[in-house]
Amino acid sequence: MTGSKIAAPAVALALTLGFWEWLVWANGWPDYKMASPSDLWPAFWKFRHLFLVQGWETLWRTVAGLGLAVVFGVLVGMAMGLSRMARDGLYPLLVGFNAIPKATVVPIVALMFVGWHDFNTVLIAFMISFFPIAVSVSIGLSTLEPEYRDILRALGASRFTVFRKIALPKTLPEFFGALKVSVTLAFIGTNLMEIVSPHGRGLGALFDSAKTNSDYPLMFAVLFALAALGILLYYVVVALERIFAGWAERPAS
Amino acid sequence: MSEGLIELRGVSLAYRTASGPLPVLDDLSISVPEGGFTAFVGPSGCGKSTLTRLIAGLTRPDRGEVRLHGEPVRGPRPVVGMAFQNPVLLEWRTILRNVLLPLEITRTRLSKREQEARARRLLALVGLEGFEEKRPSELSGGMRQRASLCRALIHQPEILILDEPFGALDAFTREDLWKLMHELKAEEPFTGVLITHDLREAVFLADEVVVLSGRPAKVQRCVPSGAAGRRDIEHLYTAESVALLNLLRREIEIAQGRAPAGSRAA
Repeated sequence: MTGSKIAAPAVALALTLGFWEWLVWANGWPDYKMASPSDLWPAFWKFRHLFLVQGWETLWRTVAGLGLAVVFGVLVGMAMGLSRMARDGLYPLLVGFNAIPKATVVPIVALMFVGWHDFNTVLIAFMISFFPIAVSVSIGLSTLEPEYRDILRALGASRFTVFRKIALPKTLPEFFGALKVSVTLAFIGTNLMEIVSPHGRGLGALFDSAKTNSDYPLMFAVLFALAALGILLYYVVVALERIFAGWAERPAS
Repeated sequence: MSEGLIELRGVSLAYRTASGPLPVLDDLSISVPEGGFTAFVGPSGCGKSTLTRLIAGLTRPDRGEVRLHGEPVRGPRPVVGMAFQNPVLLEWRTILRNVLLPLEITRTRLSKREQEARARRLLALVGLEGFEEKRPSELSGGMRQRASLCRALIHQPEILILDEPFGALDAFTREDLWKLMHELKAEEPFTGVLITHDLREAVFLADEVVVLSGRPAKVQRCVPSGAAGRRDIEHLYTAESVALLNLLRREIEIAQGRAPAGSRAA
């Protein structure tokens, strides 16, 4: 059981890499057209120091943006979930804001706060990732069956007590579902800004400089590093979900 | 006239809707004596659940007055326990911690250990011994409803409000729980208010059945059913009970407007 949990993804990964290697070899593609997995390791090794430093830069900004998104998203979600007026008022605004492709916001923000690279990047990561959290929290709260509220209200519990004892824990599964989506979005946000921003830092900047130097294996290696960070953060969220909302998982039958 | 534990006097209530006020309850006067068990039956959507919210203090009447022990009800008070058709157990808590929930809200003199002992005793009483540490999702519908009854009774409420509590259960489970209600009432004395669509349930559990008319609900008829004391399901098949059930069925038809008021049974 545990063996196949590790073996299955390992085999899938090995097969994918093998197929990729074969594809490049069979077509005789040069490096600048498509790098093959065997080119990646030298690129990683050559720039290992940069990967560690820039990977960390990307990671902390993504986590910071995500942290802001959680705080802001939960607050907005609470307002919309608990007050009908707030929901009617804020929903069109949020949907409109979310509909704007963030790639178009990146140059605006980059100009607006020119030189504040950390701030820029965290801001974009936050802007792109708070929406799913706000929506899921608001839906979780507004769809609470009235009986849940009544069993505590009938005993004289305050609105806040009902929120703390029932609404909040009941919304956790939806919240974590949204957080998994937001993790990926936040990475997109961070990298958009890192690539566009001049003199940027992070894996996005490393990607950009690899492009400038036509170092194609390095570009692919950055993609892999991003994927690895994405997987890492995703499973951190999964672990948190197990701890705080593990009750929502039904035993497989 | 002696005052009942629950006293409704000339209670009227309308919901405010987009198309104007929608009258739900119209000049309702009802009295439930201490230790009594009153069932309310009536057509669907006639405002029966609104009635429970009034008694629980969750809703205020537009006109008239709701009194408990002669005191006007101004808001929710922990003398009430409630159970609904949906058992609304908290999935992230064990059964034991679900039952203990009301004691986290109400003031209690019991120590943590005494609270837990009481919860375990109630769970044993309803046949859930050994399920204390299970999650609600591991229990059947009938077992969840039993746990929900324990939660409604844990803080020793004077009034137990049951809003169609057995509506979603199969017929045999329902009969088991009817018998259980009589046992619970003997062990944990309370004044019962039951909302139901099931006339047999009303006759089996309540000592008075109040038939409400269609919306806006008025008291159409109060029928004593003399259910005090523990009884067997067989009682429902006696000539006396069958006559009572027929009478109630006719009253419901009148309330629905499907039978003329003149066709009323004596």
